[in-house]
Amino acid sequence: MSGTFVGMPVFPSAARTALADTQLRHNLAHATSTIRGKRSRLVEEVDESIGGDDSGWERLRLAGAAVKESALRDLDRHLVALEEALTARGATVHWARDAAEANAIVVSVAKAHQADEVVKVKSMVTQEIGLNEALEAEGVLAWETDLAELIVQLGDDLPSHILVPAIHRNRAEIREIFLRRMKDVGRPAPADLTDEPAVLAGAAREHLREKFLRAKVAVSGANFAVADTGTLVVVESEGNGRMCLTLPEVLVSVVGIEKVVPTWEMLDPLLRLLPRSSTGERMNPYTSTWTGVTPGDGPQEVHVVLLDNGRTRALADEVGRQALRCIRCSACLNVCPVYERTGGHAYGSVYPGPIGAILNPLLRGTGDPQTDSLPYASSLCGACFEACPVRIDIPEVLVHLRAKVVDGHRGDRVPKAEAVAMRAAEFALSDARRLGWAERASGVAGRVAGRFGRRALPGGRRSLSRVPGGSAWTSARDLPAPATESFRTWWKRTDGGREETR
Amino acid sequence: MSAREEILGRVRSALEGVERLTDVPVAPRVTTAADRVVELFVERVEDYRAVVTRCAPADLAATVRAALPAGGTVVVPPGLGVEVPGAIEDTGLTAAELDRIDAVVTEARVGIAETGTIVLDHGPGQGRRALSLVPDQHVCIVRVDQVVTDVPDAVALLDPLRPLTWISGPSATSDIELDRVEGVHGPRHLHVVVVG
Ligand code: SF4
Repeated sequence: MSGTFVGMPVFPSAARTALADTQLRHNLAHATSTIRGKRSRLVEEVDESIGGDDSGWERLRLAGAAVKESALRDLDRHLVALEEALTARGATVHWARDAAEANAIVVSVAKAHQADEVVKVKSMVTQEIGLNEALEAEGVLAWETDLAELIVQLGDDLPSHILVPAIHRNRAEIREIFLRRMKDVGRPAPADLTDEPAVLAGAAREHLREKFLRAKVAVSGANFAVADTGTLVVVESEGNGRMCLTLPEVLVSVVGIEKVVPTWEMLDPLLRLLPRSSTGERMNPYTSTWTGVTPGDGPQEVHVVLLDNGRTRALADEVGRQALRCIRCSACLNVCPVYERTGGHAYGSVYPGPIGAILNPLLRGTGDPQTDSLPYASSLCGACFEACPVRIDIPEVLVHLRAKVVDGHRGDRVPKAEAVAMRAAEFALSDARRLGWAERASGVAGRVAGRFGRRALPGGRRSLSRVPGGSAWTSARDLPAPATESFRTWWKRTDGGREETR
Repeated sequence: MSAREEILGRVRSALEGVERLTDVPVAPRVTTAADRVVELFVERVEDYRAVVTRCAPADLAATVRAALPAGGTVVVPPGLGVEVPGAIEDTGLTAAELDRIDAVVTEARVGIAETGTIVLDHGPGQGRRALSLVPDQHVCIVRVDQVVTDVPDAVALLDPLRPLTWISGPSATSDIELDRVEGVHGPRHLHVVVVG
């Protein structure tokens, strides 16, 4: 798969293609189950070390959620404070309404320094705005420096996971990509390159070091922006972030306005929650913080681009607003049964998985078929909410957005099949008691449907390829046949279907 | 209207009638016994497959020497509290020059037991950020009285106006089939000397 996210097929058909790709499915299952295991051990450890009872992690989550929520509900004040603090420390603050404005700012900074290349540290936001393409159109090459992003970039590919963007590639493919492509863009891979991960990482180190040492301009995002001090925070693993933030003379950071944290002290719960939820580590290898310009240390010209690009639209959505608390840890992806079986590409967007299914429509608004299909890319099992370190109730927002999508199609002459189906789903899901009832009812339906032709879904779950009289939607999604036990019971019993396959 | 005014205007209208959240709950603290903090720190740093050596203050110079690669070049920041024979003191070396040096010795500002993290604030004895980044081996000296229990203790001690580098083990990636590989761009070898 190559090219851009724009113009990708809507979720149902993209998901069907991805489902057929067994290598992808295998890699994803391995990745998500590994991280899931590490994360849950650390959650237990926090429960123990915080002590007293088993609510330590939950209290940490509550604190983290409240920090982000308080920032959002006072966002205008915090943004003004952030700007003031940054300016006082010698940084230049820019504001960008949308992707085009943000890209133009970064391009103009690069051009002001006659740079024909920039080094970049992985950032979802620069991917969201298509910065690399915008720079390239102006003759500035953007080098991705995360190992995974490098693999994706050299493979002329799209990332498939927030955290492990190259999870759809195995080591043999990576070796082949390095051998074939590195020589075109810089230091070639050694001819005797093996497919040992350490050897591949070594080749990336050599290849990129050349670029770090000569780059004049670096581009980053930020995980957090502290309003009262003007401090930006980048959390990473490989050290490429430190390279970008330290060696070049000029640093441009593109920061979504929702990244604001009110005070320095308030970083605390977030710095404890993020790495444990993300990579399943107590702490990620490197966290860098910097506040404007430090004389004699690091970039002496510092720019910060504060980006809206739909965030104020999301902020105005009373139910959806909570999605802006997201700290991009990807825990919700790793517990999602839909994501595990389809991979990130099926979401057709920079933000995949459960968070993508709500964030994309919130940022862009509903109305186009690609975006409108996303709130349906879920079975509403609730695992994402339980995993989320900042307690975003993703199922609640999904149901809310489905209603919006359906409302958007009110004027259609023939009601869309899914509109009817999902209206019913919304009715059922809006009330827990009704949901219990509906699940019991569909359990009955499942026993009946069980006599009809089924075929196995990956993971051994049977699927109903075509519900009698079923809609196009049901067919495309390979909707699992109504189960003889409720989804939530099944989920708990089998650890999301994984026990069943062993 | 400028982008700034328009964005702030959109934020304000999005938040019209939305109540501020004033009582943010204080994040819970760990209840680890204080007398085990240094032991925990050592354990947790080792968990990242970093090398940890403990020593008495009198043995610091010898311990640091033993941690350094035999015959390798070494750079130290101005103000380092220990003598490293043969080391070059950083006087603003270029990144390319640093790239030709094998190891760096620095001190730290804080050690965090719960997460096995060392934090540099790049003051005297620690050097500017590039110094502890470009050479392939980092020997970092942490005094036992610098070790705190957890992240909130560190946040309270650290000055956000200084650049900070939080280091938890050597640089690492799990990007290839989720196999952890130590060492990509940062120092591939981290040796923490806990003194006192
Ligand atoms: S929604 Fe929650 S779990 Fe998902 S990436 Fe964001 S913070 Fe993590």
